[in-house]
Amino acid sequence: MTDAAISVASRPAIERGFRLQWEPAQNAHVLLYPEGMIKLNGSAGEIMKRCTGEASIADITADLERTFQATGLGNDVMAFVTMALGKKWLRIPA
Amino acid sequence: MNATAPNIAPGNAPRPGPPLWLLLELTYRCPLHCVFCYNPTDFERTGPELDTQDWIRVLREARALGAVQLGLSGGEPLARDDLEEIVAEAHRLGFYINLITSGVGLSEARIRALKTAGLDHIQLSFQDSSRQMNDFLSSTRTFELKSKVAALIKQYDYPMVLNVVLHRMNIDHVQEILEMADRMGAEYVELANTQYYGWAWHNREQLLPSREQVERAEEVTRRFRERVGRPMQIYFVVPDYFERRPKPCMKGLGSLFLTIAPDGLALPCHAARMLPGLKFPNVRTSSVESIWFDSESFNHFRGDAWMKEPCRSCPEKARDFGGCRCQAYLLTGDAANADPVCDLSPHHHLITEAVERANQPRPTPAPKVEEKPLVFRTPDNSRALFP
Repeated sequence: MTDAAISVASRPAIERGFRLQWEPAQNAHVLLYPEGMIKLNGSAGEIMKRCTGEASIADITADLERTFQATGLGNDVMAFVTMALGKKWLRIPA
Repeated sequence: MNATAPNIAPGNAPRPGPPLWLLLELTYRCPLHCVFCYNPTDFERTGPELDTQDWIRVLREARALGAVQLGLSGGEPLARDDLEEIVAEAHRLGFYINLITSGVGLSEARIRALKTAGLDHIQLSFQDSSRQMNDFLSSTRTFELKSKVAALIKQYDYPMVLNVVLHRMNIDHVQEILEMADRMGAEYVELANTQYYGWAWHNREQLLPSREQVERAEEVTRRFRERVGRPMQIYFVVPDYFERRPKPCMKGLGSLFLTIAPDGLALPCHAARMLPGLKFPNVRTSSVESIWFDSESFNHFRGDAWMKEPCRSCPEKARDFGGCRCQAYLLTGDAANADPVCDLSPHHHLITEAVERANQPRPTPAPKVEEKPLVFRTPDNSRALFP
């Protein structure tokens, strides 16, 4: 569940029953769930596809900063993950 | 197929996006005989079911266009013994696959095979919270079996999604229905008030609840939501007969949804078969691409050129698309009229009069003593209605 405190060491994963995939027809990552679909924007898709349950939020941030040659993405990633946990798109596995 | 046909709907509606949501009604066969079923009452007159290879071709063609949400329904989709094969191909293609089922026929061997094939999600229907009413409303003995299936769904690590169709004879049991759902460990409960098409339309006078019943059920649901001690999402779908604006049916016909009926007929919604004057194409003879973009029947209700007043000049037409074409046709005889649910419709009195009749006290639940008998959804009754 999402009640546990979130930190940069948390390892978010896609919530059970949801599936993330790239849809060429929509040129976007989409999050699929029972009877619905969320079309993700570019940065949301890049964060979500790294939420495998293996990588910590710190790992995800470092990977994004490396991939996009950027710095200081930590707050954005944390804000997105927090929002996505609240919407039950993500979970923090025990 | 005509490669030179302009992809322009009447009223210059823009070319639509892909049919993101595909519903395959694999069969009209069903072990249940529910009085509120939306399937056509003349289902016995429809042609033979598509075979496995036809369904797989439909899946490939629709996926290539961008379809991604897949509903497998019916009838009872488990009545098809190639369901696992269809699911496996759909999964390989990248669909998110929802099985919409009564649960009858879902043995442990089949749920294991469906899980392996890649089925994502199961929605299980219940007719009521008690064995007596469940079995009466579906004209079968299935309650115990459904309870076992609910346990299997949990065991195979699917979210437990219960769907209960509400109407006059079970809406007073919402408390018991929610308690049953809680005991079963349901994560989602959809309390879906009956929509009046097909068999439900035929039985409407007996199924439509009174306003007081609807309000009480909403209140019970609200209180239950506050009290339930674990994550359980409860959706209460208000019956549109009690609203003053129509539902944005299918978000506009031909915008997102594509239904393929058991006989291969392609429809912009699962009830559209009834609409007169439209010759819907069949996947046996047309590609999904030509059906979606080029067929006259799919283009007909795109855009707003088909609308009459009061919809045509209505500022809300972009929100509700004039409501449901099938409901407009059933109630007024013209599918281009405003959905009479809208209180701006000159036919709105047809709705308020039906609700007025429903508000009159009647001996319920005792459907057998009413003048007009309930007609169960059976092949015999279908043939009797359409000899």
